[in-house]
Amino acid sequence: MPNLAFDTSHLLAGGLVLVSFVLLYQDRLYSMLNVYALHALVLALAVAWQANIQNAPHLYVTAGLALGFKAIIIPVALRRIVERLGIHREIETVVGIGPTMLAGMALVALSMVVMLRVTTEATPIAREDLAFALAVVLLGLLIMVTRRNAVSQVVGFMSLENGLVLAATGAKGMPLVVEISVAFSILIAFIVIGIFLFRIRERFDTVDVAALDQFRGERR
Amino acid sequence: MTGFALARVELVLLIPLAAAALLALLPGYRLTARLNVAATLLTFLAALALLFTRHPAPGPYLLVDDLNVVFIALNTFVGFTTSVFSASYVGHELETGRLTPTYLRFYHAMYQLLMCAMNVALMANNIGLMWVAIETATLTTVLMVGIYRTHEALEAAWKYFILGSVGIALALFGTILVYVAAQPVIGEGLDAMVWTKLVAHAAKFDPALLNVAFIFLLLGYGTKVGLAPLHAWLPDAHAEGPTPISAVLSGLLLNVALYAVLRFKILMTANAAAVAPGPLMVTMGLVSLIFAAFMLYRRRDIKRLFAYSSIEHMGIITFAFGMGGPLANFAGLLHMTMHSLTKSGIFFAVGHVAQAKGTQRIADIGGLTETHPWLGWSLVAGVVAIAGLPPLGIFMSEFLVVSSTFARAPLLAIPLVFGLLVAFGALFLRLNGIAFGEPRGETHPVKASYGPLFAHLALVLAAGLYLPPQLVAWFQHVSQLLG
Repeated sequence: MPNLAFDTSHLLAGGLVLVSFVLLYQDRLYSMLNVYALHALVLALAVAWQANIQNAPHLYVTAGLALGFKAIIIPVALRRIVERLGIHREIETVVGIGPTMLAGMALVALSMVVMLRVTTEATPIAREDLAFALAVVLLGLLIMVTRRNAVSQVVGFMSLENGLVLAATGAKGMPLVVEISVAFSILIAFIVIGIFLFRIRERFDTVDVAALDQFRGERR
Repeated sequence: MTGFALARVELVLLIPLAAAALLALLPGYRLTARLNVAATLLTFLAALALLFTRHPAPGPYLLVDDLNVVFIALNTFVGFTTSVFSASYVGHELETGRLTPTYLRFYHAMYQLLMCAMNVALMANNIGLMWVAIETATLTTVLMVGIYRTHEALEAAWKYFILGSVGIALALFGTILVYVAAQPVIGEGLDAMVWTKLVAHAAKFDPALLNVAFIFLLLGYGTKVGLAPLHAWLPDAHAEGPTPISAVLSGLLLNVALYAVLRFKILMTANAAAVAPGPLMVTMGLVSLIFAAFMLYRRRDIKRLFAYSSIEHMGIITFAFGMGGPLANFAGLLHMTMHSLTKSGIFFAVGHVAQAKGTQRIADIGGLTETHPWLGWSLVAGVVAIAGLPPLGIFMSEFLVVSSTFARAPLLAIPLVFGLLVAFGALFLRLNGIAFGEPRGETHPVKASYGPLFAHLALVLAAGLYLPPQLVAWFQHVSQLLG
C-alpha cells in the first residue's frame, strides 16, 4: 500500500497527458468537445485524489468545479454554439496529424527532461505532477497553434488551463486563491469567448480564423 | 496611523472599482465622461498621498514600497490625463456613430476596471494576486480593443486574447514553480506566495527550479511587455482599438507587465546560485529594439507605426534593466517614465489626427502643419521627443543607457546605438510625409483637447532641461533596490 498514493496520482496525471494527445488528433468539432469533457473528467479525478492524499478538503471544490463546470457545462454550451453556428464539419488544421503527433511527443519528452531535472528537492508526487502538467500545457499550446478554427483554439486553451490546475494542485498546500482564480479565469474566458463567437458570427458568417486574416490591415 | 495608511492604499483601488460599477449603470455621454475624469483625478490624488507619506507595513496581499510607488503615481497620472483626452475623443466617436451610447457605458466601466486591475497588480505583495490582476487587465483591454466591432478590430482582439492568454498561462506556471521552490523553505500556505517573504528567504531556494520559473515568467509577462518574438498582438491591438486605449496600453499596461518581470528579477538576484537574469533580459531587449526599428520602415498605418515604436522602447527599457547596476537602472526608470508620458501624448495627438483626417493610413495624411497647425506641430514635438532628440527627456535617458553600456560592455553598445539610429531614421522619414509638404486627403474640423497633450510634452521637456534633485535622489534610491 505505501506507493498507492504515488501510483494513482501518477496514473491520473499521465492519463491527462494521454487525453491531451487524443485531443491533438481530433478533426471534428463534436468529437473534440467530447474529448475535452473527458479531459476535464480526468482532471477532476486527479485533483480529487490530490485532495485525498494531501488531506486538503478545499481541493475538492476545485475538483467539483472541474467536474461540473468544465466537464459538463462548457462542453454542452459549446456544443450548442457549434450547432447554432452550423460549423460541425471538419476542422482545418495547419499541419498534418503525423507531424503534429511527433511534435507532441517531443514536447512531452522536453517537459520530462526539464521538470524532473530541476525538481529534485520536491516530493516525488509533486515532481511527477509538475512534469505532466507542463506536458499538458505545452500540448495545449500545440493544439492552439495547429488549429485555425476559433472554437478548437478555445478548446486548446481550456486544456492548457487544465494543465495549470494540475500543477497548482500538485504543489502541496498552495493557497486556494490560485485555484479559485484559475476557475474564475476560465469563467471569464468563456464569457469573453462567447461574446466573441457571436460577434464573429454576426459579422463574418464564419468562425474560421483564416477568414479573419484577410482583413488584416497591412497584407496588401 | 496604520489604519489610516491602509485606508489610503485601498482608496487607490476602491475609487476605480466604485466608479466602474457606477459608470456601468449611468447613461448619457456628458455626465459619464466627466465622472470618468473625476474618478481618475481622485485616484491620482490618492496615489499622490501615498507618495508623500510613510509607507504602511506590507500585508499578505498588498504592499507599498519605494519601487512601486513610482509606478503607481505614473499609472494614475497618465490614467487621469488619458481620461481627459478620452472625453473629447469619445464625443467625436459618438457624433460619427462609431460608438453607440450602450458601448460607451461599457467602455467607461471597462476603463475604470482596467485602472483598478493595474493598480492592484502594482501593489500586489502576493504573486498569485499579481497574476490575477494582470489577467484581469488583459481581459478588459481585449474587450475594449474589440469595441468597434469592425473586421480588423475583432481580429486584433482575438489575436490579443489568444496570445495574451498564452503569455498569462506561462506566467501562471512560473508563479506555481516559484511557490514550489519556496515551499520547502517557508512552509506551506499563503506565506510562500508573499513577495516580501520570498525575497527574504530567496537565498535558500533551489536555484535550478528558480531558473526554470524565471524563464516561464519572463516569457509569460514578456508577452505582455510586447518583447519580440511574442509581440504580434501589440501592433494590431494598438491600431484597431479606440485611441485612448492605445495610449493606456503603450503608456501603462506594458509598464505594469515589466514591473512584474522586475519583481521576479529582484527575487532571482537575491539567490546567488541562480542564473543571472540580466543577460536574458538584455538579449530580449536588444532583439525587440532592432526588430522593431526595422519594422518601423514598412508601416502604412499611423497607429501601427507608433505601436512598433513602443516595442522598440520597451526593448530599450528591458535592456537597461537587464544591464543592471545603479546607472543603468536609473536610466531604465527614467526612460520608462519619459516613454509613458511621450507615447501617450503622441497617441493623444494621433487620435485627433485620425479624426481630423478620417483615416489612419499614412499615405492619406499629409501637410498637417498647414491644415491643423496646433495638432501638426504638437505631433512633430512628440515625435522629436520619442526619437530622442535633445533637449527632451528621452534624449537624456537614452544618453544614460548608451553611456552606461559603453562604460561596461562596449560591444553591446554597438547594436544598441545601431537600433536607435535605424528607428530614428524611420520615424523622421514618416513624420516628414505626415506633417509637412502638400496637404493630402480629406480634412474635417476637430474639437481637440490639447490640455493632456501639452501637459505631457511640458513634463518631458522639463525633465530634459532640469531634473529636481529630490527626484534624482528618489530614482537613485529605487535603482539600488533593483540591484
